[in-house]
Amino acid sequence: MNSKLKMFISGGVIGLVGVVLLILGNPGNMGLCIACFWRDITGALGLHRAGVVQYIRPEIIGIIFGSAIMAFIGGDFKSKGGSSPFVRFVLGFFLMIGALVFLGCPLRMIFRLANGDLNALIGLFGYVSGIFIGIQFLKKGYSLGKSIEQSQIAKYIMPIFGLVLLIFLVIRPAFILFSTEGPGSMAAPVIAALVGGLIVGALLQRTRICTAGGFRDLMLIKDTHFLFGLLGIFVFALAGNLIFNFDSFNLGFANQPIAHTNHLWNFLGMALVGLCSSLLGGCPIRQTVLASQGDSDAGITVLGLVMGAAFSHNFGLASSGAGPTSNGQIAVIIGLVVVSIIGYAVTRKSQLKVK
Amino acid sequence: MEHKLDARGLSCPEPVIITKKAIEKDKLENFTILVDAHVAVENITRFVKSKGYNIIVSESEGEYSLTISK
Repeated sequence: MNSKLKMFISGGVIGLVGVVLLILGNPGNMGLCIACFWRDITGALGLHRAGVVQYIRPEIIGIIFGSAIMAFIGGDFKSKGGSSPFVRFVLGFFLMIGALVFLGCPLRMIFRLANGDLNALIGLFGYVSGIFIGIQFLKKGYSLGKSIEQSQIAKYIMPIFGLVLLIFLVIRPAFILFSTEGPGSMAAPVIAALVGGLIVGALLQRTRICTAGGFRDLMLIKDTHFLFGLLGIFVFALAGNLIFNFDSFNLGFANQPIAHTNHLWNFLGMALVGLCSSLLGGCPIRQTVLASQGDSDAGITVLGLVMGAAFSHNFGLASSGAGPTSNGQIAVIIGLVVVSIIGYAVTRKSQLKVK
Repeated sequence: MEHKLDARGLSCPEPVIITKKAIEKDKLENFTILVDAHVAVENITRFVKSKGYNIIVSESEGEYSLTISK
């Protein structure tokens, strides 16, 4: 099969899984959202106390297992790490803050767009702009350095964390928090969400689809391979919504579920996500997949996402349907400045080395 | 003289950027690049083929040697 068609169909399956999970009860236009789902897990673990967004999302557990199993079969399940872990943590941290000001990761941005939410189009412009800036650093020599082989135990950490989350989800101990109202209380049945996550994780691991990679490769090397995967997600999700979920389809800016209409902060939030994603070498889904196949650097990035989610809700940085908060706006500006300094400093160091 | 580039341990998309620089800036027509991840092999293969280059991949103990020629 033509490789682009294969990417398109693989993306299409991910798009359909998102539509099915949405119909089965996930929050509005949130069939799949990696940032939101890690944020909900962060809340369930009590690391933030926003009562409406606390749930152990089975999709994440499924993605961890699906990626790990597929990596094991394909020979990609390897312990590696040591490429600027603390810098990656900071990039993951600010990535999450940007995503929660926009209200979604790049994957949810595609799902929002596929259900008519045009605010996501503004987010897309921001995301692509952020990636474009990241590419300029990459072209000038930006590199977080080489990773090396790590102790064998390292590659089991994320799958074991997935298992622990699964146990918490099933047993529901008192110290794990589950929302009784709001988006955190809206969820597809556990088994469906787990299976959906497994399928998505396996596909993402095998195809290497990355929302940042799709746009980056188009701009950097004029390659549309990954972009066809993203197009597949969008087209199939759009078709799925129009056929099976027409009641929820709403073309326009206003009255979109779990979204706001502030164009500037939708743009800047996603610009921060795009910049962080290209400096990290992958968006939140790709980081989650890599972390599950033994990449400790991606694991640290995921911890950065979790920490970013905790700060976002503890300090009132995350937006709501009413719009972005002033704290969130300040945090995005700080994020853009800090991440640009990181990009500049790392690039300059590599240039000095060449001389 | 044969050029040998080392992109082992680098995360996406750095191996492709190194390859791109070798082809477009340094105008190399024959060179070898070492990588240590499947994904880098796939990305570099797609890129050099789109540029009209041939590529031979050999694997040894989880590392890949990509021989690229015009």
